[in-house]
Amino acid sequence: MAVGSFFTSFDLSAFINALILGISIASIWLIAALGLTIIYGAVGVINMAHGEFIMLGAYSSYMLQSFLGLPFLLCVPASFLIVVAVGLILERGLIRYLYKRPLDTLLATFGVSLVLMQGVRLIFGSDPKYLAVPPIFSSNIQFAFVNISVFRVVVLLVTIAVVVALWALFYRTRFGVQVRAVMQDKEMAASFGVNADRVYMLTFALGAGLAGLAGSLFGVLNIVLPTMGAAYVVQAFLVVVVGGGTLAGSVAAGGATGELQSIFAYFTNDTFARFVLFVMIVVFLRIRPQGLFAPSAKRR
Amino acid sequence: MRADRRAFMKATLGAATVLAAPYGFVKSTNQAWGAQSWIKKGEPIKVGLLFSLTGGLAVPEEDSTLVMQYAIDEINKAGGIAGQPIEPVIVDAKSDFNVYSEKTKELILRNRVVALFGCYTSASRKAILPTVMAQNHLLYYPTCYEGAECTQNTICTGPLANQHSKDLIPFMVQQFGKKVFFVGSNYVWPKESNKNAKVWLQQAGGELLGEEYIPLGSSEFGPVLNKIREAKPNFIFSTVVGASDIAFHKQFKQEGFKVDSMPIASLTTGEIETRAMGNEFGAGHFLSAPYFQGLDNPTNHKFVEGFLKSKYGKNGVTHYNMEETYLSAYVFKYGLEKAIAKVGLEEVTPRAIRDSTGGIKVEDAVSPEGLIWIDDQNFNAWLKPKIGQCQADGSFKIVKASAEHVAPDPYSIYPDLGKCTADGLKAADGKVRKSVI
Repeated sequence: MAVGSFFTSFDLSAFINALILGISIASIWLIAALGLTIIYGAVGVINMAHGEFIMLGAYSSYMLQSFLGLPFLLCVPASFLIVVAVGLILERGLIRYLYKRPLDTLLATFGVSLVLMQGVRLIFGSDPKYLAVPPIFSSNIQFAFVNISVFRVVVLLVTIAVVVALWALFYRTRFGVQVRAVMQDKEMAASFGVNADRVYMLTFALGAGLAGLAGSLFGVLNIVLPTMGAAYVVQAFLVVVVGGGTLAGSVAAGGATGELQSIFAYFTNDTFARFVLFVMIVVFLRIRPQGLFAPSAKRR
Repeated sequence: MRADRRAFMKATLGAATVLAAPYGFVKSTNQAWGAQSWIKKGEPIKVGLLFSLTGGLAVPEEDSTLVMQYAIDEINKAGGIAGQPIEPVIVDAKSDFNVYSEKTKELILRNRVVALFGCYTSASRKAILPTVMAQNHLLYYPTCYEGAECTQNTICTGPLANQHSKDLIPFMVQQFGKKVFFVGSNYVWPKESNKNAKVWLQQAGGELLGEEYIPLGSSEFGPVLNKIREAKPNFIFSTVVGASDIAFHKQFKQEGFKVDSMPIASLTTGEIETRAMGNEFGAGHFLSAPYFQGLDNPTNHKFVEGFLKSKYGKNGVTHYNMEETYLSAYVFKYGLEKAIAKVGLEEVTPRAIRDSTGGIKVEDAVSPEGLIWIDDQNFNAWLKPKIGQCQADGSFKIVKASAEHVAPDPYSIYPDLGKCTADGLKAADGKVRKSVI
């Protein structure tokens, strides 16, 4: 194959469309990764069940919509709350006993992911489910040569809102100060009267809930299946690892990887774009293993 | 104990006899267990159902398992085969290619099933074929595939790549225009199918604007849809499969593409996929398949009604993949009956069933898609591909049905490699290669 035929010829308007799409891809990857970022960054648990929390969010929306007839826009926050509850139960029942054994949390959360997947399959069956959305979400916006679907804009706006809310929570509230204190040094924070156990519990539940929120959005873009989480979890881990486990890191990493994916896909094709991106990430982590914005904290 | 020369000789001779004994059987009966028959009088006939009930492939393959059980019940109620009932041995291949090949060995060696029905993807088929061929066993592959295989151990009831898009491409070119964009999942079946489609496209005078492949399981179609928007084709030819296919149709509409001016012509988007994506995302697009749930003939009405009412019809749909699986049960029944008549019940081997299956017909009264028959050379099915357009309620309206049966040809785009015959792949110089995968 000639090089010329492999690379698409350059066209400014198409390239601008690719850049805009990159922002959208970045927002999808970022919202998939936010919950993982918080759980990994604050609690220090590598949550292998993250993809299944996303899946639970999608199924929660499906359940609320088809059994209770809730409109989609209410399903999104409701899914958040349902998965928060699941995260809370999981943290209280299992994860809290494993904080001192990081390798075991890895295995335990992996086990939880299998249980959740199989549980959902037993209840709902393995045939795909369908989330109905208002017709306006199935259309697109056209402005001169720029094309973008309404739902992608919705995902982007939700992502921005969640990032801002998280930033405010961590840097503008008393709870946020406690979380950051526990992140830096759990024992020291505890000796100043911070209830570290409670902080862990709440951040884990919050992280789980964010995955649920992402899931209810992904159910519209994609397909609702017990195995749907696996498609997002790789990107989520990628964003967290490149970002270094902080909120700012994830935002930067999500933005950069999503945008690069779209640009490479524009010049070549999706499969090759992914290959180039992964190679770049491996090289990047060789140079900077701690990620973009690593916390200067004492790690457990 | 003192080992003397005589004792050593005795022991060696004894060991040699024991080791050589099975080979005597192999030579005389051409199967390693000699005395043990595959089918015994008065016992049920065991067949293996090798599909995934869990994992990423569970969506289509669970339905295959259910419809096979339905077909087996139906055959058993009508008296079984030669008076003996069929007993399915159901295993879960867990969407894992290693498990497919392990379970194949288990089904053949431990359960001693007389035939295997299984697989939905070419990848799993290619994973188990070496075992099936080494045991000289028999696989019914009940769905579409790309061809370019010539084994003496498979029977396929779905369309080959050369049958699948033969009518679809000229039809779309005629209805919507010459310019087309190919989108597929990144693995062997879409690539081979597209090679075939290019041949039909050239004959129809069409023009290929671009060809894109998406990683299996990917759900991000933004970049591809942007490229399609730039290229402005008259229609899209899709070989995207599974969950990606649903994401593709959803994002097609969400990104503002209009089905009237640029429909997707697919080889896989059937009733199940349409229901999962929501009817409004499927409506207007085209599918080529030998079977649709909406086919209007008495056999199909009976099949749809009977299946959906049975305990296996819980998913509420019949689609091309299930119907092809259903047919394979009858192809097995007829082939086995012929083999029993030829060699006798206890002498039947999997290979004997396969050799008797050439030319087997499944008549209109049994086959929901209408008459099909098995080619006596390459053991794929002669069938009539049909084109359906998805309606607003998710059902498909038949817009074109092939008048003639289309011959299966696994090597249609590789004529240099030869012709698939009953004994193997026959090259132009007359050499025959067995078991080509």
